[in-house]
Amino acid sequence: MKFQIEDVTVYFPYDNIYPEQYSYMVELKRALDAKGHCLLEMPTGTGKTIALLSLITSYVLSKPSNPVKLLYCTRTVHEMEKTLAELRFLHNYQVKHLGPSARILALGLSSRKNLCVNTSVISAENRDSVDAACRKLTASWVRAMAVENPNIPLSFLRIMRRLPLMRFCLPESIHCSYQYLLDPKVAGIISKEMQRESVVVFDEAHNIDNVCIEALSVSVRMQTLEGATRNLNRMSQEIERLKATDAGRLRAEYNRLVEGLAQRGNLPITDTWFSNPTLPEDILKEAVPGNIRRAEHFVSVLRRLVQYFKGRLQTENVEKEGPVTFVASINAQVGIDQKMLKFCYDRLHSLMLTLEITDTDEFLHIQAICDLATLVGTYTRGFSIIIEPFDERMPHIPDPVLQLCCHDASLAIKPVFERFQSVVITSGTLSPIDLYPRLLNFNPVVSRSFTMSLTRDCICPMVLTRGSDQLPVSTKYDLRSDPGVEKNYGKLLVEMVSVVPDGIVCFFVSYSYMDGIVNSWHESGILKEIMQHKLVFIETQDVVETTLALDNYRRACDCGRGAVFFSVARILLARLEYLRETFQIREGDFLTFDALRQAAQCVGRVIRSKADYGMMIFADKRYSRHDKRSKLPGWILSHLRDAHLNLSTDMAVHIAREFLRRMAQPYDKTGAMGKKTLLSQEDLEKMANGAGEMLF
Amino acid sequence: MADKQVIKRAKYKSSVKDPGVAGVLKMGMERFVFMPNDPKSTTKLNVEFRMIKGHKFTKEGSSKQALLNLTQDQGGNYIFEFDSFADRDACREFVDFMPGSVAVQNVCMMLALHTFYSEKLANAIAFHAEAGRVVPDKSAPPVNNEQLSREETERRIKLLQENSELQALHKQFVYGGILTEAEFWATRKKLLDQNDSRRPKQRLALKNEMWTVKPLSDGQTNRVTFNLTPEIIHQIFAEKPAVRQAYLNFVPNKMTEKEFWTKYSRAEYLHSTKNVVAAAAEAAEDEELAVFLKRDDMLANEARRKIRRVDPTVDIEADEGDDYIHLPDHGLLQDEAKDVLDSQYEPYRRSFSQDLNQHAAVVLQGRLVDVELGDTRTVAEALIRTKQAELSDEISNKNLERKLSDRISRIAEIEDLQGPRDPAVAPLSIKDPRDYFDSQQPNALKALGDAGSGTKSLRSSVSSREAYGSLRDIVSDIRVMGLSEPIMNQEVALKVLNGLTQNISSTKLHLGNNPHESVLDRLPKVTKEELMHHWTSVQELLKHFWSSYPITTKYLYAKVTRLKDAMSQVYPKLQEIKESVQSDFRHQVSLLVHPMLQALDAAFAYYDADVQKRSGRSGERPNGSV
Repeated sequence: MKFQIEDVTVYFPYDNIYPEQYSYMVELKRALDAKGHCLLEMPTGTGKTIALLSLITSYVLSKPSNPVKLLYCTRTVHEMEKTLAELRFLHNYQVKHLGPSARILALGLSSRKNLCVNTSVISAENRDSVDAACRKLTASWVRAMAVENPNIPLSFLRIMRRLPLMRFCLPESIHCSYQYLLDPKVAGIISKEMQRESVVVFDEAHNIDNVCIEALSVSVRMQTLEGATRNLNRMSQEIERLKATDAGRLRAEYNRLVEGLAQRGNLPITDTWFSNPTLPEDILKEAVPGNIRRAEHFVSVLRRLVQYFKGRLQTENVEKEGPVTFVASINAQVGIDQKMLKFCYDRLHSLMLTLEITDTDEFLHIQAICDLATLVGTYTRGFSIIIEPFDERMPHIPDPVLQLCCHDASLAIKPVFERFQSVVITSGTLSPIDLYPRLLNFNPVVSRSFTMSLTRDCICPMVLTRGSDQLPVSTKYDLRSDPGVEKNYGKLLVEMVSVVPDGIVCFFVSYSYMDGIVNSWHESGILKEIMQHKLVFIETQDVVETTLALDNYRRACDCGRGAVFFSVARILLARLEYLRETFQIREGDFLTFDALRQAAQCVGRVIRSKADYGMMIFADKRYSRHDKRSKLPGWILSHLRDAHLNLSTDMAVHIAREFLRRMAQPYDKTGAMGKKTLLSQEDLEKMANGAGEMLF
Repeated sequence: MADKQVIKRAKYKSSVKDPGVAGVLKMGMERFVFMPNDPKSTTKLNVEFRMIKGHKFTKEGSSKQALLNLTQDQGGNYIFEFDSFADRDACREFVDFMPGSVAVQNVCMMLALHTFYSEKLANAIAFHAEAGRVVPDKSAPPVNNEQLSREETERRIKLLQENSELQALHKQFVYGGILTEAEFWATRKKLLDQNDSRRPKQRLALKNEMWTVKPLSDGQTNRVTFNLTPEIIHQIFAEKPAVRQAYLNFVPNKMTEKEFWTKYSRAEYLHSTKNVVAAAAEAAEDEELAVFLKRDDMLANEARRKIRRVDPTVDIEADEGDDYIHLPDHGLLQDEAKDVLDSQYEPYRRSFSQDLNQHAAVVLQGRLVDVELGDTRTVAEALIRTKQAELSDEISNKNLERKLSDRISRIAEIEDLQGPRDPAVAPLSIKDPRDYFDSQQPNALKALGDAGSGTKSLRSSVSSREAYGSLRDIVSDIRVMGLSEPIMNQEVALKVLNGLTQNISSTKLHLGNNPHESVLDRLPKVTKEELMHHWTSVQELLKHFWSSYPITTKYLYAKVTRLKDAMSQVYPKLQEIKESVQSDFRHQVSLLVHPMLQALDAAFAYYDADVQKRSGRSGERPNGSV
């Protein structure tokens, strides 16, 4: 269908549109007009992605003079696949209606492991080996050698075709995962290529703050330091070898460094590590400090640094300090000043390129050290260094770890907000929506939360507080391992698997809890009862296994066999104090927010579209408290009836039966009872004429 | 009129403790008779099986007497003691086929059938010959000595049990002596085969039950017992390729089957103790045991292969390559660090979750092999074969990527936003055609009113040759171009459907006012059944009749004669039916009977002509040989 939003003609690939999609587009369009950032919450299952894509592409089409580029960041690769599929669908529609002028080029960016087409390379075990193997075949010096020597395998042509295409043709739309923008180590590749007018979208951005923090955190263990020492030894050897054979190369590097990092463009384009957007501007123009310009000097600086870390790890107590004191102590003890630290990251990469090191996976340890050095050298606040001599759970085994923890999510995302004109942060669960601008430290021009207009009550949230024996259930720490609670959860699941058709997903608070409870269910025979109704799949810490389990789970649900998937919803925090001091966010508030955000995200996926239906059971007595519960997204709360707030297992099962039976009945999709939940093109035209009167 | 009977010596007892009266028990088709040896005794029995509700008997092997207790409908029972268990069992089997008491006829038939197949085939046929109308003399069918396998017999019995119509026919013709057993079934080969091929389709799924070692410990000694059944072994092989491989490698060259499973159970036991260090220590001493204790490498390889075929929208593994958090030393320390084990113990770690996932995956895949579970080796080999076939399938399957992307885009679309597909197509599924055409009658009537006679306007003047030609063209078109979407021109399809609707529904109009009744329904039930029965039997007779031509052997000649006689008896019966019904139905009945008569007439006409031809020829060759 085709309709107008103010001056933009929107091409939407379906015959109908949900009213909330329409208003979502209106808000988004206003944000684009205002050239500002926006924050939009709309429940999952309402077609956020397609609304967003079709508005932005249509916006570009209607303003040919002002070519806006879209940078779409998803959280994960599989979400990217879904988005690309939707874009493909939209694109087909637009090309069909507008002709070739609507053609766009879209690129999905991922690691070499996911993009590589060379079967011998991708059969390598993990990502880093794939990276290294790929680099061995595609690095510029390898290619240069291949021109002279035909015996060197040349597979880069095929790989190149897929990977760095954007350099040559400037696509209208790039899809990548968050890391590409937030991780300082890769972000440069993308952000350098895109002009200011781009629209950056972070989809499923409910835990974007965690990603930001992860991106800027480093932890160093004994193994890291040992590995780093090995790396340094290897580099020294390489330097010696190079000195004997090709001293010119080292000299050339030295000259380059004198001119400053900004001039690194001389290096072959495919191999360059691009400028780091997180680093302040001056670093790019500044020359690398004289005392680390020479390769052997730099290596010896790193050796001293590693030695210093080794000394710090010898501690007996937990230590915590800020970056400033840390840097000062480094300077005092091993004579490395803040400026040298700041350049470590770039200097290392320059050196690795000069040495033509292809097996980058071997050099991860020294890279981690340099990352840490650069971060502490660059930032004076928002970080803390924590040294723990042992794991809390096993105090008798020494396992020292030095962590650089980032507390401030806004640090990583700040360059993105500054660099690009419009940044759209959207997700199904951004409640409370006013917390995000504070966490990420930005000012959105539009900040709205949409509700879902449902044709029928197709979601059924309930809070279960008591088991079948009427005793309270909770995963609160003190109740967690109570056998009675475990049994009650088991009984609940046994009842539910016999009632619910197709699929059930169970979330546990942690792996250890899940393992424990599954084992105890196995011993008590509850698992056997569950298996009489459904197949059981379980998330493990092995990603390959979990993926296969998930795939099988999906197939079991599709074919009607039915399955249960046990999964883990992790909650991790270490930065409450900082949040309170800097952003005036109360600890308790944040904890509840974070826990419920996880919960909301778990249950938020319960329906895929409005034709779908699902139940969500919050089986914990803590949800009966209003202050906790109210942090759940509005669209869930609005369906939570008072009668469903304090249930026991038998009542929950009864409600589930009734609900599922009701949902199985045929219904009118357009929404019969007064409110319209599906708009056709005519409806929209009528609406436009009726001075934007809203139907819901 | 007992077609078949069992005669055994037995003692009749009024109660178990009663010494009993010696005599002879004779079981026939419909009744059993007990004659005491002592002619003066008054305990004579003559009981219909209809009265018998069930039976009990003593177990063989013990020192007990061989008793058979027949329970009577209205209480009370008859107890017989036999000389031997063999005698008793013969009688018991006889009685076995008399469930309840209502369908005595059928049951007797079944019973007779059973014994009929079992041993005394030749006798039975001779017996039929006596009872029947044809004296086969030397022209006994050449196939009468065929040895039926047990399964074959069972299958036939099963078919007859399932299909009462078939049973009636079988009774009428085979017991009536018109057709032999072999002849009857010869025309139903397909039915037998079909029945056969249907069986493997419905395969039993694997049990969704984890086999876990629940060691049975007797508490006193340190002995632990495990129970393994063929089903469990199959499951183990399917879930643990390494064990399967080890079995093929070790048994029987290196160890016996028993040793193998003992070792395996020991490994499982070690796992269940969750003591990795102990497991590693044991494995170090015993390399065969180590195979079971180590992580399953074949499984890991398979996983790596499968991961590439996984639906990209659930592929979490792809993220691993795409973020930096998973790298060592990057990102925040997770609370749940994997507990680090010494690398020498690493291969021995195995989690319950892994087993759980593997188990569910195998169950989801279903039973891959269809072999008898008894022989362990065959099971293992069959599983390996299927795995290899799967592998080669995967390699040859080039368009996997396309299939996956199709799937993703299908999932990506939001269903309920999609407008109605143009033009709206409703799937045509008519469950009960009669109901459909009946309900369509008003429409048909309207159409009839509009266009005179709908049926006539549809009748086309295309000759069969032309029609065949056009059909062939269409078929070759489809061959070349594949099926187009929609397969058929909708207008044509609609026209055909309308035509059919009108045609079928309007005939109803002429027959009755109530649209929910067909002609047959309105006839009295008895008449209806009789008509149906005659229809099927005439069909059967004609089928055999026509298939006997040209007559080349004496045997066929005899068969045709038999059939002709049987057919000639149908005429009066049909006439009888016609006369039995009330006058207002008579016309309809005669309409229904007419085609049967026609078909029979044609058969007779052919027969007469043939006989004349043969007699003309036989004048030349008087000994009648063909």
